[in-house]
Amino acid sequence: MASLVLRNLVKTYDKTTVLHGISLEVEDGEFIVFVGPSGCGKSTTLRLIAGLEETTAGEVEIEGRVVNHLKPKERNIAMVFQNYAIYPHMTVRKNIGFGLRTSNLTKAEKMARLEDVASVLEMTELLDRKPSQLSGGQRQRVAIGRAMVRDPAVFLFDEPLSNLDAQLRTQMRLEIKKLHQRVGNTIIFVTHDQVEAMTLADRIVIMKDGHILQVGKPSDVYHRPANTFVAGFIGAPSMNMLQCTVDGGLARLASGPDIQLDIDVSQGRSVILGVRPDDLHPSGDNPFLKGTVTVREPLGPDTLIYVDTPSGEVIAKADGQHPPDIGETVQLSASRSRLHVFDAETGMSLDSNA
Amino acid sequence: MGSAVAQIRASSKTLLASGRPRTSASTGQVIRWLILFIGGVLMVMPIAYMISTSLKWPHEIYNLALVPNEPHLENYTYVLEDGRFYGWFVNSLVIATITTISNILFDSLVGYTLCKFRFPGRYIVFIAILSTLMIPTEMLVIPWYLMSQAFGWLDSYWGIMFPGLMTAFGTFLMKQFFETVPDDFIEAARIDGLNELAIWWTVAMPLVRPALAALAIFVFLGNWTAFIWPLIVTNSVDMYTLPVGLSSFGDEADVQWELIMTGAAISTIPTLVVFLIFQRFIIRGVVMAGLKG
Ligand SMILES: Nc1ncnc2c1ncn2[C@@H]1O[C@H](COP(=O)(O)OP(=O)(O)OP(=O)(O)O)[C@@H](O)[C@H]1O
Ligand SMILES: [Mg+2]
Repeated sequence: MASLVLRNLVKTYDKTTVLHGISLEVEDGEFIVFVGPSGCGKSTTLRLIAGLEETTAGEVEIEGRVVNHLKPKERNIAMVFQNYAIYPHMTVRKNIGFGLRTSNLTKAEKMARLEDVASVLEMTELLDRKPSQLSGGQRQRVAIGRAMVRDPAVFLFDEPLSNLDAQLRTQMRLEIKKLHQRVGNTIIFVTHDQVEAMTLADRIVIMKDGHILQVGKPSDVYHRPANTFVAGFIGAPSMNMLQCTVDGGLARLASGPDIQLDIDVSQGRSVILGVRPDDLHPSGDNPFLKGTVTVREPLGPDTLIYVDTPSGEVIAKADGQHPPDIGETVQLSASRSRLHVFDAETGMSLDSNA
Repeated sequence: MGSAVAQIRASSKTLLASGRPRTSASTGQVIRWLILFIGGVLMVMPIAYMISTSLKWPHEIYNLALVPNEPHLENYTYVLEDGRFYGWFVNSLVIATITTISNILFDSLVGYTLCKFRFPGRYIVFIAILSTLMIPTEMLVIPWYLMSQAFGWLDSYWGIMFPGLMTAFGTFLMKQFFETVPDDFIEAARIDGLNELAIWWTVAMPLVRPALAALAIFVFLGNWTAFIWPLIVTNSVDMYTLPVGLSSFGDEADVQWELIMTGAAISTIPTLVVFLIFQRFIIRGVVMAGLKG
């Protein structure tokens, strides 16, 4: 059963529309990650699901009932905020127990739940501390605990890790993933960090300007991006985009040999050829780009090289130990199966399998 | 092991170094101290004279010496044995306490609403409240009096209290302080299932405790020392507040300053108590502790 369904959600503030019809079906127990640049409407979508904002049009359905007119507490959801929002004047115990205040469990049941959550989060010894006596990671865990204790149908996370430092972030990311595997509730997780999205999600939802651009498994959005925006947003460093025109089934770059396209594109049309730095290497068979190396970034096993070509600057991946020198002219090639073709006007993918 | 000892030694050395008193002060510092000293003296002088006068005999009160020639406690005995003093004290205490509680509840309720809810006319309401700050109390006294007369509130607690049960200043202060409470706290509580009144009381109010303490001190002192309005609205000696009552010691020809000063000295005690109780709540940074670290 779908635990959450969004049907054509629209949100308008005064006269500006920030969500233009968001539709999504989330399976029970799925881990969904919303990604997109700042201001694209991720938080707004989450707040509509939570009931903190009223929908202008469309429906939110949780566990089979339309909840548009229900208050947040009646929706069987819990939310974790970016800055935790744990109450500074209450102990950890009170903070976690706060979510149960209005439930009709007995006192003993509430206690048992609380102990349970505390032990899962390894916070049992911290229960009597105040938030000011906790580290950033521990505070975040309290915030998660407060959501967990209610065992909601859907967990909503709004950039919960963005205030943590890089190391803690990686660690909490892993903890959240383990937590999900253990408790199995549906999770909607908002982030603008694409690594977080790739590592956590069962399915990624990529948003831009209030539209959903693509929904898919991490490998799908990585290997079969639906458009140039998704292609550029997912994966670091970004996919190289090369302008070319189509001539008799061949893509023609600013210079260099033509590339055989195995898709049907009308004559004279402009297309964008996308190739990830990971797939673009110096030498190899059938090179189609030629240029001078301007910058090298050693990553250990590999070296990223920035190459100036007639089609613009591209990034390629070279050997970690014997990369080409700066100023050296290199020939770049990529496997034909790793090339992506997009319509230059609409940005939409023209690949047959997209 | 050895390195640990060395480390302790090193850190105790830096401790000593930083704890060593400065031997000389710069000119800037001397000037700063001088200004603070003068300010301090200006603040303390009236209080010193109040206490000194309360220890003098009537013939000595126009002698400006700070130390009385024959200090005595007769004035205190007289004031404390005069039954009227207790009545006035209780009147003032009841009025100041009720007014303080009322301000804390209602100023913050209105301030919270204006700050955290979006509703049409919100801005106009706020401006209207603010604009009342620009009307001096003296101008309001006559309308208040006519109102009290019409409703039969003259010479009653209610008559003394009603103009101050809520204040524009307090509302403004609380609104500004609620701005520092992040909406996330309120939304988190909403998701946790609290109703709006419970959110205000259990989540928002504890987060602005320092402001509430400041407001409490401010309102209590204001009402404890209020003079003009209580003087106008009360008729019977029984209903006088402490400042009004004290000023009535003596008659028009012969004001008994030593008794007034004695009463005033005693009446500062509750203000000190209130200040000491509430100032410990004025600890900054309480709000931030629950947010990102
Ligand atoms: N209360 C509001 N009134 C008017 N516009 C708003 C309001 N809240 C959000 N917006 C607008 O809605 C758009 C989407 O905001 P939203 O907070 O959902 O973005 P986001 O994707 O969460 O961005 P970020 O990654 O920065 O958190 C933004 O352009 C924002 O300016
Ligand atoms: Mg956001």
